[in-house]
This record gives sequence, structure tokens and C-alpha cells, in this order.
Amino acid sequence: MSKTVLTIDDSRTMREMLNHALVQAGYTVIQAVDGIEGLEVLKANGADVVITDINMPRLDGFGVIEGVRANPDHRATPILVLTTESDAAKKERARAAGATGWIVKPFNPVKLVEAVRRVAA
Amino acid sequence: MDPFESIKQTFFQECDELLTDAEQGLLAMEAGDADGETINAVFRAVHSVKGGAGAFGLEDLIRFAHVFETVMDDLRSGKMELTDEVAKTLLRAIDVLADHVAAARDGGAVDEGRSAPILSEMKALIGGEGLDDDDLGGDEDFGFVPMTVAIEGDDAPAFDPPALDESPAAFEPMADLAAEPASGARVWRIGFAPKSEMYAKANESGLVLRELARLGEMDVKLDADALPPLDQLSAETAYLHWTVLLTTEADEATIREVFEFVEDDCVLTIEPADGQASPPPPSSDLSDDALAAASADAPLDIAALLARVAGEAPTSEAAREPASAPEPPADLDVAALIAKAQAPIAPAAPKVEAAPVAKAAPPAGSSQAITPTATIRVDLDRVDRLINAVGELVIQQAMLSQQVMESGLARSSNVALGLEDLELLTREIQDSVMAIRAQPVKSVFQRMPRLAREVADMTGKRVKLVMEGEGTEVDKTVIERLTDPITHMLRNAIDHGLEDPEGRIAAGKPAEGVVRLRALHRGGRIVIELQDDGRGINRPRVRGIAVERGLISEDAVLSDEEIDNLIFQPGFSTAETISDISGRGVGMDVVRRSIQGLGGRITISSEPGKGSKFTMSLPLTLAVLDGMVVTAAEQTLVAPLSAIIESLTPRAEDVHFVGGKDAVIRIRETFVPLIDVGVALGFRETALPPGQGVAVLVESEGGGKAALLVEAIQGQRQVVIKSLEANYQQIDGIAAATILGDGRVALILDVDALVTTQHRRKPAPRAEKRMAG
Amino acid sequence: MSMIDTLSHTAGARRELIAFRIGDQEFCVDIMQVREIRGWTACTPLPRTPSYMKGVINLRGAVLPIVDLGARLGLATTEPTARHVIMVVSVGGRTLGLLVEAVSDIINMSDDMVQPTPDVACDQVKTFVKGLFAIDGRMVSLISLDRVLPETEAEAA
Repeated sequence: MSKTVLTIDDSRTMREMLNHALVQAGYTVIQAVDGIEGLEVLKANGADVVITDINMPRLDGFGVIEGVRANPDHRATPILVLTTESDAAKKERARAAGATGWIVKPFNPVKLVEAVRRVAA
Repeated sequence: MDPFESIKQTFFQECDELLTDAEQGLLAMEAGDADGETINAVFRAVHSVKGGAGAFGLEDLIRFAHVFETVMDDLRSGKMELTDEVAKTLLRAIDVLADHVAAARDGGAVDEGRSAPILSEMKALIGGEGLDDDDLGGDEDFGFVPMTVAIEGDDAPAFDPPALDESPAAFEPMADLAAEPASGARVWRIGFAPKSEMYAKANESGLVLRELARLGEMDVKLDADALPPLDQLSAETAYLHWTVLLTTEADEATIREVFEFVEDDCVLTIEPADGQASPPPPSSDLSDDALAAASADAPLDIAALLARVAGEAPTSEAAREPASAPEPPADLDVAALIAKAQAPIAPAAPKVEAAPVAKAAPPAGSSQAITPTATIRVDLDRVDRLINAVGELVIQQAMLSQQVMESGLARSSNVALGLEDLELLTREIQDSVMAIRAQPVKSVFQRMPRLAREVADMTGKRVKLVMEGEGTEVDKTVIERLTDPITHMLRNAIDHGLEDPEGRIAAGKPAEGVVRLRALHRGGRIVIELQDDGRGINRPRVRGIAVERGLISEDAVLSDEEIDNLIFQPGFSTAETISDISGRGVGMDVVRRSIQGLGGRITISSEPGKGSKFTMSLPLTLAVLDGMVVTAAEQTLVAPLSAIIESLTPRAEDVHFVGGKDAVIRIRETFVPLIDVGVALGFRETALPPGQGVAVLVESEGGGKAALLVEAIQGQRQVVIKSLEANYQQIDGIAAATILGDGRVALILDVDALVTTQHRRKPAPRAEKRMAG
Repeated sequence: MSMIDTLSHTAGARRELIAFRIGDQEFCVDIMQVREIRGWTACTPLPRTPSYMKGVINLRGAVLPIVDLGARLGLATTEPTARHVIMVVSVGGRTLGLLVEAVSDIINMSDDMVQPTPDVACDQVKTFVKGLFAIDGRMVSLISLDRVLPETEAEAA
């Protein structure tokens, strides 16, 4: 069974890009449009890897990381944050909150798949 | 479609939405009722535009969005104060951003004269921080790697996660390398000592080592000296260190990249170990494939493992008292790691069953369709097909009813009653189906604030656009055709309606004019009002122009309302009134024509010094029409009810002939042209004799009022509009066709064209057109 | 349509034609263009149209224009009776009905049997007749339907 990746991003373009690249690489992709929905979907459905954007309405990426880590079922679920290289502070904050790794936007599909593989058991 | 192109299309669609949202937010900010979330939302919108632009390498767009985003970031962090000035700059910036998006989409270029000043203004706001173009370019890799190429490349099999599930398969490439070491390979000694923070972030040493193994031939030595007795194991602490000898062609940066996510949470040393002629023999039996071989949920032989790992016998305590081992928490990474390192040896060692590593396993059958939404997206074609089919249903139902009636069945018969129910049901289905295609006028309204700003800028006016009723719904076919008339009227209101600021102040009004755009439902139609608080119609001037243009005679007696509505007359617009802004070479008569083309009407009311109000009233759909079915020259025709004022039986003494031929009819105190429909359409040569038939008084703003003379009125009914153009072509005087209850095609009259044609006094015999070809 | 185009480029390619009569002449069109053949029904006349436009009928909910093909070809105007038929054809994305006297035959022929229209034919015939061929001692004219509808102003421009 292929591994499931939950992508949380408010940008439809980004969701489609992630979806395309990941599905091509053989993953199953679940999408959520903001942090709240992301946590709900994760709770309902589980996921092997979570990819989340930082800037989102309702609940941002830091909130997602905290929410995932606060749930005993998902403390060991790898979380990758979508970030820009220029945003070192955000990356640090995400790491401090428990992010497993990061994907630098604008992402390269090869690097995306590589990053997922690096954290997906 | 190429997925890349398809995603790009999505991006531009999303940009439209993002820009609209951002504009709404900025308007709220300008109005002073924006909270932190509003500013955040604008930031996110601009950020998303930039993000997508980055993926597609749209450099101009990226640069502009980046500066914009920085301003928004400063605003939301409170670093910059939101002043009226800032809001106004940003409103102009969003327009330019929209231009950049359009240019990226359509392949044009943005007017630097517009873009550059705003960019400088924004840079000035943020003090130019971190905005060097080089900076930007260096920061982010804008080059887009086309996805399909990248993913379907030679590396693809190695990326295949199912293959990764079967670990040996995933490691095959490495085995190949081992058999035939590449010539440029070097040996690296890598010390890797994870800290507990690394595991807290759900990173796993095993995965890092697995990645490392992809780079070349690897020899791993596990140093478990720090591992305490089992009863002292803590889930929060990392005990294991690795020393890896890696033979690879990869350079240090590539090796380091493997540790990218964990670098700050481990002690990492990478150094060349080339002194050795060949990779040393394994210093431990714990080979790398052993590391990766076992699946995570296999029974765990901790004691045996520890024995191998530590190179010594397990403490009897640990072996005997597994219960004293800490409850394996869900994220016991040490256990997880050890599970991977399970070796198929030491069967004699006492087995300790540990709980399977409680990895968040997704339930079986987890699917992709988990987007909880209350809406679905449906291809418009499908909806149109459904609407057409329901149109057929309505016709079929009407035909059936008519046939049943004609068959002489009693109204109380079961069949007749059943048909009545069917009719109600059919109507209900039709209404529901039409509601699917109904859309709020918001999509049209939301383009207007920008337009208002631009026109205000160009004319030196100050204007505040207030919009109401954006949620009012109307059929998509109507929506699509609303933009042009509203655009034109708004331009007109600002350009001609509003005074310049000085003029307003002199007139005792605030310098900023107010234009109200409002949509509402009234009487089964949608009404759009556009009201300004400007100077109102200058009636003496309008009258003067109309006389000058020969539209009215010098001594014509006209009411104020009639004078106001002269501006809709064809030929009224003069060079003087056609400016670049409101004119674009079209006058208000074109607006009126296009609205009438939709089965609507437009009127103006005005109060000098106080302003004007345009009112458009339109049908809610272009798919059906309320019509009056009439007979003319033995043909069954349909006149749109919206155009009809009343019908009357003309008396012979009320009909007069002007110039011997053109008939007029006296209706109360006024004379209106009497148009014999049969003759006007060329169905017969001579008109009905005076006093015969029925006159239908219609209102057509183009030619004022007119009476259409027909033989008889059959009744009123809703008809489904059928295009004549689909298989034929447009016919002057005919708006469309429909199919009546008897199954025959009936033509729908284009009242305005009929009346206009009459005014042009253009004969229309059937033989006039010569054969083509 | 594209199939017909392909065929017409290949000398000797076989194709099926529907032959029909107007007066004492026989014509045919490519069978690929014919959607159906139905009995004559009364038309709703259209105002301000050339006399060969008989009007429109309801074809299962669509408004179908009817062309009196005889009149269009410059022959006599047809006074339709219940025995006349309407050939529903598809031309350039439009569907229209051709009023003809009767369908006479289905002809299987190859393109090399077609002879060009002789110069003696009048302009109007040459507009529509793509070529002639003989079959069983009869002469049949192959009709092109592309210009059977009146030109609109837009198309003419």
C-alpha cells in the first residue's frame, strides 16, 4: 500500500503542484485547505507524512505542528513545512515546534519527493 | 492537457480570486475597518501569488509581489502603521499586481510607467530593506523544473515508495555500486550522534542512514556505549551513535544534505578517510541491510539485539524482567530504530515481546477524497446540458397537456389531474435547475472598485464606490453580459456625473463623490441601480444637443424625464461627450441596446445639483422568457412580456395615416406609430384594415412607444428560448425562436428592432435579399 | 467531415453516397453528411429570407432550418407534399434540413469515377455541383453542401 501524504495549504495552485508531484511518485495524497481542516483530516484519516504551509487562515503551520505533536497518536508523524529560504526565522520556529524537515518554495518536485522519502519510514 | 499547463491555469484562476480577496481587504483597510486578520489575509493572498509565480518562474510578478508582501508583512507585524496614505498606495499596487498577473498570463508586459512608481513608493515605505534584486534571486531558486520530466526521469523507480516498502528492493542500486565501485569515489568518515531533540521532531536515524546508503557503499558501526540498562532507558534521551564509512562519488555538500533536517539536532562530523586503500571490513556484524531489513511492526527481540549491538550478553535483569522496561511510548525512537536493526540470529536468547512501534498507521482504505466541502465543482457544459434537457421537458409536458386537452378528456379525469401535477413538478425542476446556474453578481461588482479608482485618477475626481447586494443571484448567461453596461455606466457616472473636488466644495458638497452600485431582486427580475451624488443631468444642454443633432425639433415639448432619457438616443453622444474614459467610442445608446438585447430596460432619473440614478431591470435568465403569444399573418409569434405595456382593440377612428402610408394610433392623448407585424416582417403586403385586430402597446426606448398590430392574442406563457443562430443565422426583427405546445416552432419578436426598422422606414419584402453565391 | 476530406484526396477511394431526385434530375451527397431522412412536416416561415428558405421545424427540440434544395440549385421551387422528404444533413457544425422529392438510391462508388463539372454549366450549378458521374446509365451530380445556406453579412465580410 502506498504511503499517504497529507498536504495542508490554502493555495490551490500549491496543492495541485504537491498533489501532482506526489501522486506521480506513487504516494496517496490527501488535501486540506487550512490548519484546522488539516488536523481534522489527520485525526480522521491518519497520514504517514504531513506537509504544511506556514501562512494559512484559521490555523497557521505552527499551529498545525503543535497540534500534531500534541496528539499522542501523531507525535511520531513526520511533518514537513513549506517555507522560503529567506525565511530562516520561520524555519527555526517551525523546527522548535517540532517540524521534521522543510521544503523550500518554490519547490522542485524532485526535491519534494526526496524530502518526503527522507522522513517517511 | 499537459499537467504543468493545467496547474498554471489553476494558478491564474486562483490569482483572480486572491487578487479579489486582497482588494476587498485593502478596501476594508482603507475604510478603517480592518482587523489583524484582514491584514493577514491580504498578506497571505499576495504571498500565495508570489509563491505560485515562483514555481512558474514569472520573475516580474515575483519581484513586484515580493515588495508588496514585505509591506504587508511590516503592516501585520505592526512595524509599519496603516495610514490612509499607505492604504491608497496599496490599492493602486493591487491594480498593478493584477496587471502583472495578466501580463504573465497573456504574455504582455506591464506598463513600467505604472508599475515602477508604485514599486518605488512601496520600497520607500519599507525603507528598501532586503529588496535588492540580487538578493531575491539569490534567495530563491526560481527556475522551475518541469514536473513530468523530473519525475518520470531515470531516477523514478528509486522514488517509488512501494519499492521502499520492500527495503531490499530499495537498496538494490546500492548493491550494484558495491559490486562495481565507481572510479571517482572517495571514502568519508561520518560521525552521527543524534540528540534527543532529533527524535522529538519525528526524524529517525534509520531513515537518515538509509538516505546515506543511497550515495554509495556504506559501512556502519553502531556505538551503543551510552545505552543504559533497559530499566533505565528513557524515551526522551538519545543513546546511540554511529560511525559510517561511506565510499561515494558524492561531495561533502551532498553528504551534508542528507543530514539537512537533523544537522542542528545531532553532532555531525564529516571528514575524508581516504588514507585507507579500501573500505575497512565491517567492524560489526550489524550490516546496513540489517539496519533496514525489518519492518517496523515485526516482533522485537530487544535482548538479542542489545547483545549484538553492545557486543556483550544482555544483563540478566533486563532479560528476566521485561515488565520493568518502560512502557514503550508511541514515539520511542530507540525502539523503532532497533526494530529496524533486528537481526535474524541468537535464537537462544530469551525473547521479549515489545509492543509494535505505534506509528500512526493510516486505516486501511484511506482514500484521497477527504476534502470536506459543502460545494461541488461541476463542468458548466453539464449544467447547460441539464438546462437544455429540462427545457425540452417543459416543452414536452406542454405538448402533452395540449394533446390531452384536445382529446376531450375531462379536466377532472385522472390523466388531466396527473398532468397538472406533472406541470407543477416540471416547473419546480426547471426553477431548481436554473438556480444551479445562478450566480451572485459579485463577480461583476468586484471589478468595479478598480475601475472607479482608475477613472477617478484619470479625471482628477475623488470618488467612493459603495456597493450593495453583491450576493444577488442571476443566471450565468445574464451575468456574463452585465459587465459591459455596468462598466460603461460607472465610467459615465464618474466622468460626467461627478464634479471635480473644487466644484463639489463650491457646491457645498464633500470633495469626495459617492457612487452607489446596488443589485436587488424585484418582481422576478434583477434590478441594478447606479446612483451618483454629482451634478445631475444638465437638461438645457442635453436638450440643446438633441436639437443640434436633429433628434428632436426645436419646439418639442418634453417632460424632464423625457429630456433625461434623450441621452440614450442613438446619435446623442457627441465628440464633446465621448472622452477616452466614458466614451471609448460608444454612447449610452449602445448601453441601452445591449440591455435590451438581454430583455431588459434602462431608465435614468436625475435631480439637478443632486445627482443621477440609472436603473437597469433585467430578466433573471436568458433561457426562458415570459411571452405573449399572438397571431399575425397566420403565423404564431411571441412578444416578450417585458416590452409590453398594454393591449387594446383599436377603433378605426383612432387610426390615422401620416403622409398617406404610415399609420399612427391615438392612445388616450398621444399618438404612437402603429406597426402591422405581418407587414413589417414581410409576411404580407397590406396591413389589416383600421379597426381590425389587436394593438399591443410596446415600449422600446429606441423609438419610444409603438403599437404592434396583430390579428389576435392567444395568451401568455413562459417559453423556452431557442437560438436561431445555432443552425441558421440572425434575422432582423426576430430575437429567437421557441417551441410551442403543438410542437411547432414559433418566432420571438425583437420588439426594439421592429420599432427601429419601422422608424428607418426600410421596406422589407421577402424578395429583397438576393440569392447568395 | 475529416474522413471525407481524407477520402477525397485519395484517387479511387471508395465512398457511399445518397442519391435523391429533384424534378427529373438526380443528385447525391456523401452519406457521412446525412443524419437522418424524415417525412415532410409544415415549416414555420422565416421573415426576410430568400425564397429557397422554407422556414424552420422542430427537430427534437432543436430549431432546424429547411432549404428547398431545388430552388437553391436554381431549379423550380418545390411545392412540398406529404410524399416529399427532408434530408437532415450536417454542414460545417450546423444541422439543416434539405427538402427533396425522394431518396432514390445508395451508391457505392470510387472517386476516380467523378468527372469535373463541364464548363457549360451555369454559375449557380457550378457553385454546388462538385462533379458528375454516370451509374447504370444515369447521370448523377455530386453536390457540395458548404454554401447551401445564405451567406450572412459577417461571413460575406
